[in-house]
Amino acid sequence: MSNKPIAIELKKITKTFGKVVANKDVDLTVYEGEILSILGENGSGKTTLMNMISGIYYPDSGQIFVKGREVSIQSPNDAFALKIGMIHQHFKLVDIFTAAENIALGINDGKKFDLKRISADIEKINTKYGFNIDLNKKIYEMSVSEKQTVEIVKVLYRGADILILDEPTAVLTPQETQRLFGILRKMKEDGKSVVIITHKLHEVMSISDRVSVLRKGEYVGTIPTSEADESTLTSMMVGKKISLDIERSEPVNPVDRLVVENINCTNREGVKLLDNVSFTVRSGEILGIAGISGSGQRELLEAIAGLQKLDSGKIIYHNVQTGKEDNLRDKTPVQIRELGIRLSFVPEDRLGMGLVGNMDIVDNMMLRSYKKGKSVFLQKKEPKSLAEKIIKDLEVVTPSSSTPVRRLSGGNVQKVLVGREIAASPTVLMAAYPVRGLDINSSYLIYNLLNEQKEKGVAVVFVGEDLDVLIDLCDRIMVIGGGKINGVVDARTTTKEEIGLMMVKAKGGNADE
Amino acid sequence: MITTIALFLKQAIIQGIPLLYGSTGEIITEKSGNLNLGIPGIMYIGGISGIIGGYLYEFSGAELNPVLLVLIPLLSSIIGSVAMSLIYCVLTVTLKANQNVTGLALTTFGVGVGNFFGGSLSSILGEGGTISLIETGKAYKQTLPFAQDLGLFGEVFLSFGFLAYASIIIAILASIFLNKTRKGMNLRAVGENPATADAAGINVTANKYIATCVGGAIAGLGGLYFVMDYVGGAWTNNGFGDRGWLAIALVIFALWRPHTSILGSILFGGLYIVYLYIPGLSRSSQEIFKMLPYVVTILVLIITSVRKKREHQPPQSLGLSYFREER
Amino acid sequence: MNNVKKRKDPLVRISKRDVPVWWKSLIIRVVAIALALVVCAGLIVLVSDYNPLEVFKTMIEGNFKTERKIWNLVQNTAILLCISLAVTPAFKMKYWNLGAEGQALIGALSTAAGMIYLGDKLPQPVLIIVMFVMSVVSGMIWAVIPAIFKAKFNTNESLFTLMMNYVATQLVLFCITFWENPKGSNTVGIINMTTEGGWLPALFDQKYLVNILIVTAITVIMYIYLKYSKHGYEISVVGESENTARYIGINVKKVIIRTVLVSGAVCGITGFLLVSGTHHTITADTVGGQGFTAIMVSWLAKFNPFVMAGVSILITFLSRGAGEIATILRLNQSVAEIMTGIILFFIIGSEFFINYKVNFRSGKKEGNK
Repeated sequence: MSNKPIAIELKKITKTFGKVVANKDVDLTVYEGEILSILGENGSGKTTLMNMISGIYYPDSGQIFVKGREVSIQSPNDAFALKIGMIHQHFKLVDIFTAAENIALGINDGKKFDLKRISADIEKINTKYGFNIDLNKKIYEMSVSEKQTVEIVKVLYRGADILILDEPTAVLTPQETQRLFGILRKMKEDGKSVVIITHKLHEVMSISDRVSVLRKGEYVGTIPTSEADESTLTSMMVGKKISLDIERSEPVNPVDRLVVENINCTNREGVKLLDNVSFTVRSGEILGIAGISGSGQRELLEAIAGLQKLDSGKIIYHNVQTGKEDNLRDKTPVQIRELGIRLSFVPEDRLGMGLVGNMDIVDNMMLRSYKKGKSVFLQKKEPKSLAEKIIKDLEVVTPSSSTPVRRLSGGNVQKVLVGREIAASPTVLMAAYPVRGLDINSSYLIYNLLNEQKEKGVAVVFVGEDLDVLIDLCDRIMVIGGGKINGVVDARTTTKEEIGLMMVKAKGGNADE
Repeated sequence: MITTIALFLKQAIIQGIPLLYGSTGEIITEKSGNLNLGIPGIMYIGGISGIIGGYLYEFSGAELNPVLLVLIPLLSSIIGSVAMSLIYCVLTVTLKANQNVTGLALTTFGVGVGNFFGGSLSSILGEGGTISLIETGKAYKQTLPFAQDLGLFGEVFLSFGFLAYASIIIAILASIFLNKTRKGMNLRAVGENPATADAAGINVTANKYIATCVGGAIAGLGGLYFVMDYVGGAWTNNGFGDRGWLAIALVIFALWRPHTSILGSILFGGLYIVYLYIPGLSRSSQEIFKMLPYVVTILVLIITSVRKKREHQPPQSLGLSYFREER
Repeated sequence: MNNVKKRKDPLVRISKRDVPVWWKSLIIRVVAIALALVVCAGLIVLVSDYNPLEVFKTMIEGNFKTERKIWNLVQNTAILLCISLAVTPAFKMKYWNLGAEGQALIGALSTAAGMIYLGDKLPQPVLIIVMFVMSVVSGMIWAVIPAIFKAKFNTNESLFTLMMNYVATQLVLFCITFWENPKGSNTVGIINMTTEGGWLPALFDQKYLVNILIVTAITVIMYIYLKYSKHGYEISVVGESENTARYIGINVKKVIIRTVLVSGAVCGITGFLLVSGTHHTITADTVGGQGFTAIMVSWLAKFNPFVMAGVSILITFLSRGAGEIATILRLNQSVAEIMTGIILFFIIGSEFFINYKVNFRSGKKEGNK
């Protein structure tokens, strides 16, 4: 393998965003005519690293060598000039243009502009690699897989020898994934280098020659796929278990509070976001939800909160006091509240959904409760004292309660949001990535708050990405993958590797073999 | 009867030409994602700058050269319109100001400048009286020499000054540019999805500036046509009326296609004056008839939004400033 | 191919400011207005040989010299403020209503209709109430038509409302042909000249005082509505983030329609004040483009009704002052529009320096070629 010429070599690449270190001293080598997988959990810095090769970001320090020569890649155009092309997760295509127009966009080859000639040139690439796209089709009429194909052809048409694909299979069906892999293999035979960012182990095993692993922004190592198996890769990816010292009490008298039965949900493109999901949330315990981001966590929580329409299934809420059972499916948040169900939800998008950035803390306190009472005017007294209380109890650092939340730091924003949701004395509390981007102290404060709620008998749902946290904080952990439940484990006895394997193992629909 | 229809057609074309200039200019501008509501103001400026240029030349005492009689007002008109467009670009593209607010301010300003100089140019220059550029008007109204000999056909289709034909040629060229050239495709990409265009290596800012200035210059020619050819080298306050807004309506009607707006402009021009040609129309019904272009535009707007055909929608980023932020 | 380049920072780097500091924003705005005034004065000096200081003196005199002038200033400000208040709730929701002009005109039209047809049939107080209601309802109808299409089909509201202005203008011209007085003049003339039927009464001998009081009341009510009512709160949430609105269960479409109705109602009231309280007649030009100026006023005041009052005074002051200069210098009255335009350009441009930070590349020479 290593006698092949080197296409790209990275040396000690470091990139920080503010205080967050996205990549630290990363080394990486890509050979010509190979497929290299870059494996890592969410937030391990895979995409940032690749964005530095494709000219989106510029490294703070370190060197990049392309074909042996040190280069400085400052823009996507520089990357194109070095024959590097990247296919991003979010496609950069003009919707009302045809495939051919999108592929030709921004290129000036000095020849007369003639879409017929360009189409003919593109067709040559299509035949060579076996792409099957209608060049006259408009992007908005295309499926996700077709759009991805257009992106790949676009990069090839620009003459790329090094292709980087950022989680290309995340949006594809197994059949489409198969077809994509076939194409990637042809490119490899053609001497091109292909780098794919992924966290699906079986894909790594089936497609790549070598696999490089990143963890928390740092380079862990590279091994040939032939010498790798799923458990080695998983342990490289998740690392050793670190004890976090979160106090965890035994659940007291847990009873079923929320029973989700066979819910299904599809998006506009017809992709299944939730696939026959069933589980139970109990009072007095924390149910953790683990999974690669975008596996259906958001849809799941939003479905319970009344924000996501379902195709089928039931979400039954058991009212402990009255013994009544209500189906929350397709109810609006207002209707759920009117049933007397106190359901709190800390969404992933704090300033875009849970809070209004330009409003002050007091006004944000009212978001859920402003309608209370018959008066046409807002009652500011209660939210005002609530704001003061949260600022004091949760040690929110802010000039005053009339400061717009946009001005607070990430941790303080989250304290305001979680504080508000808890103040509603919920019976169910759902929190999506509540410690993402928070410093250690704020994170522990949030863990303690969740634990307090659990001890009060609240049914807590915690969607997280850090497996150490999930294992130390939760009572049970449910693993979700591709909209399906891959299993539920006892947090006290499980291991990181077990969860890691469950996360990356897609049930059914294996791409290969 | 045929004569009446033919004359009506001729009048419709005459009325349509300023609208065609305005809408072609606005289409090019909007294709870059800039909703320039300053077009009515720019058309006023295009007219008055031409008048000023013409005035300075015609009353300069020099011997009048017919080519210069045309060229000087033409150039001053373009300079005026481009200056206005630059104000718009600096504010909305460079300084990221709100496009609607900027455009409306530009229109207030442009109409003001037009009426101000139209009314006081001669008194500022110390001569007094209203401006009348007879020679310049004549030069602009110059038709093909054999037009009169061709009877009704000549009367309807060949009896216009050169700016009339130029408007149609420019609209066709604009269509070809937008749909058949590399630069035109890049421009459309900027208006649809500036982030994608940016990633493909297209200079978004330059495209927005150039499209807005070229569009402004073309729209300004509509004002020039009006004062030189239609009126014959004079300015009447607010004489241009609401034609600028009608031009913006025409953009919607033509579904952002310059070649469609050629026929659209004749239709709008016709709707604008049709009340004069329907016998026995009371004055009150005439006013209802004048409503037609706007009502038709509203209907088009509604129908296209109900049908949701993607090709018939405004450019996707229309009205939004583009700001590339490094994370 | 030599790709070994050193990284070059761009000369100017622009980044969004988190939150503008109030005194900085104030200074930036004051500087902008001052610069604009300098440019205006320069322009006047350029076209006349007027002394620049004289220019400002004349402007001040034109607004404050006599009691009547002061009343006119306040009255004009009141009308501009009223229509600016009208567009504000919808704007705050990011609904681009460019149709205030037409909505006010329709309000004026129904007021005039009331005066003409009911002028001698109803007792004065009843008549005024009826006219008021008519103007409000008609303004609401005119405003809500585009809003319904916006809510249902996402029809572009700025273009739709823009067109509705001209339909309204034609409707007025249509009615004028029936109402013209004297016949053939194509103008309506002063309605109910002798009976003063449907005229807002003069208070303490001041014919504009009622207008001014009504607008003052609307200003306060609008401030309270936007800041302290549940509706106002919903408007802010929808305007800031539709996703948050969804999260807390606000029915966005309902809020859009309701808010546009409020806007239309206040536009209608503006029309009522223009006809019943000011001109006692109607022309196609009754609103006189203030519907458009209002959009800029509301935007520049950042939707705060009291700031709007300040901006309205500034713009009215300028345009009346410019008018005075024009009269004295026997220049065209359009000087006012030019000056308004210039001031607006400067204020609009100054927003950038409030919202963005401009960092120049620090000290280092650009030397090494």
